[in-house]
Amino acid sequence: MFITVINALNEGFLQTLKLFAVTLVGALPLGLVISFGSMCRFGPLRWLTRTLVWIVRGTPLMLQLIVIFYVPGFILPQNPWAVTDGRFWAAAVAFILNYACYFSEIFRGGVQGVPVGQQEAGQVLGMTRSQIFFKVTLLQMIKRIVPPMSNEIITLVKDTAIARMIAWQELIYAGYAFLKGSHGLAGLYWPLLFTGLYYLLFNGLLTLLFGWMEKKMSYFRS
Amino acid sequence: MEVLRVENIVKNFGRVEVLRGIDFSLQKGQVLSIIGSSGSGKTTLLRCLNFLETPQKGRIIVEGKTLFDAEDRQKMSDAAIRLNRLHFGLVFQQFNLFPQYTVKRNITLAEELLAKEKIKKEGSYNGHTTVRDALAAIDQKADRLLEEVGLTVKADSYPCQLSGGQQQRVAIARALAMEPDILCFDEPTSALDPELTGEVLRVIRELKDTGRTMIIVTHEIGFARDVSDTVMFMDGGVIAEMGPPEQVIENPQNPRTREFLSRFTER
Ligand SMILES: Nc1ncnc2c1ncn2[C@@H]1O[C@H](COP(=O)(O)OP(=O)(O)O)[C@@H](O)[C@H]1O
Ligand SMILES: [Mg+2]
Repeated sequence: MFITVINALNEGFLQTLKLFAVTLVGALPLGLVISFGSMCRFGPLRWLTRTLVWIVRGTPLMLQLIVIFYVPGFILPQNPWAVTDGRFWAAAVAFILNYACYFSEIFRGGVQGVPVGQQEAGQVLGMTRSQIFFKVTLLQMIKRIVPPMSNEIITLVKDTAIARMIAWQELIYAGYAFLKGSHGLAGLYWPLLFTGLYYLLFNGLLTLLFGWMEKKMSYFRS
Repeated sequence: MEVLRVENIVKNFGRVEVLRGIDFSLQKGQVLSIIGSSGSGKTTLLRCLNFLETPQKGRIIVEGKTLFDAEDRQKMSDAAIRLNRLHFGLVFQQFNLFPQYTVKRNITLAEELLAKEKIKKEGSYNGHTTVRDALAAIDQKADRLLEEVGLTVKADSYPCQLSGGQQQRVAIARALAMEPDILCFDEPTSALDPELTGEVLRVIRELKDTGRTMIIVTHEIGFARDVSDTVMFMDGGVIAEMGPPEQVIENPQNPRTREFLSRFTER
């Protein structure tokens, strides 16, 4: 029983990890691009990106996932998700879009949170734009970005569970399968306990990592 | 010798005319204080001199060389503006030290970057042909400057560990490190608790004694009277009155100056 559960959960956990990693790899750069759009001096572009961010942040991820998975099949001649791993990629697209919007707001807060005086101090000392960015403002931005980013990333770990909405077999899906099986009460608490433990362990590691990063930058205040 | 000549500087923000034709000149080693009520354009003038704002009209001439002429401001490259900035230094009201660097690093950073760049491109910086020599000289200069502002013991501290007065003294040393022809101060003591203004004003007085050319925007009227060769009273974007402190502060001719100064004597 124990081994069966662990094996199934491991498989589910790998899928969770995969969605988590793909979301990060896609959403971090996309978030940066969106944050540039939302700070752009060109009005229409700024307005457009901010509206997108507003919509994505204002609606549930679960709804976005369902829309992204089911709607293309209705309106396009061919369902783009009717491929191998289609469910995974649908989930990935929804997660990347959703998290990129949240990340973009964090980036924007980080960039705009550094006082203009820092840049001006660099300018009057004869530094170039890139010197000012890399030597003066970048680290201050990172310091501002890390705490909200760590919250968001830990939420992402837990949000991956939402992917089971479109029957993609991540960790919760794997754990839940046992409930419907014929294992009796043992089929209830072992999977639930271990599912919880997986999330806790993973988030515990992330918390340690981010705590370490914050500590590394705690020697200065800005 | 005339170091600075400012001709007919006009600066608008949109439709608001903030500077409406500023003319003055400054001799080497002299101290000019600028007084005037809030909103009269003092900060904007300093920012124009430091190329943080671009005036719509006017010229800025340093040691006979025209650094800025509004006629051809479109043609000015970023690189040219950057080099122009080195003629001026600016000490901000809010210090604006780099929080992630030690006091010493705050002082050396900009010049190190400049020296590395010059040696790479032109083969030498201030007579040094290797980065190592240049950095050693910069390091020594920083030690001298720290001594000058009385903060040798704080060299390895971070800005957040210093009092406001100490931070402002570091900011002064940082500006001096680039050896500007003219050092500008924008209300250097306004953000400080009253008991900390003295140490900053003392440092500025000592700078005058070593012959530095300075422009000081200040609300410390007594200090302006003592330290300045010339006092400028600004009102509504123009120079309302300008002259030696005995005249402008002790015996103002313009009614606006009198009104402004009376607010200080009442206190
Ligand atoms: N970036 C700006 N945009 C619009 N108005 C500005 C800007 N900077 C300054 N001003 C305006 O210019 C006027 C003069 O400001 P400032 O030079 O800061 O005066 P002071 O330093 O004498 O108090 C003020 O009315 C201020 O509101
Ligand atoms: Mg001001």
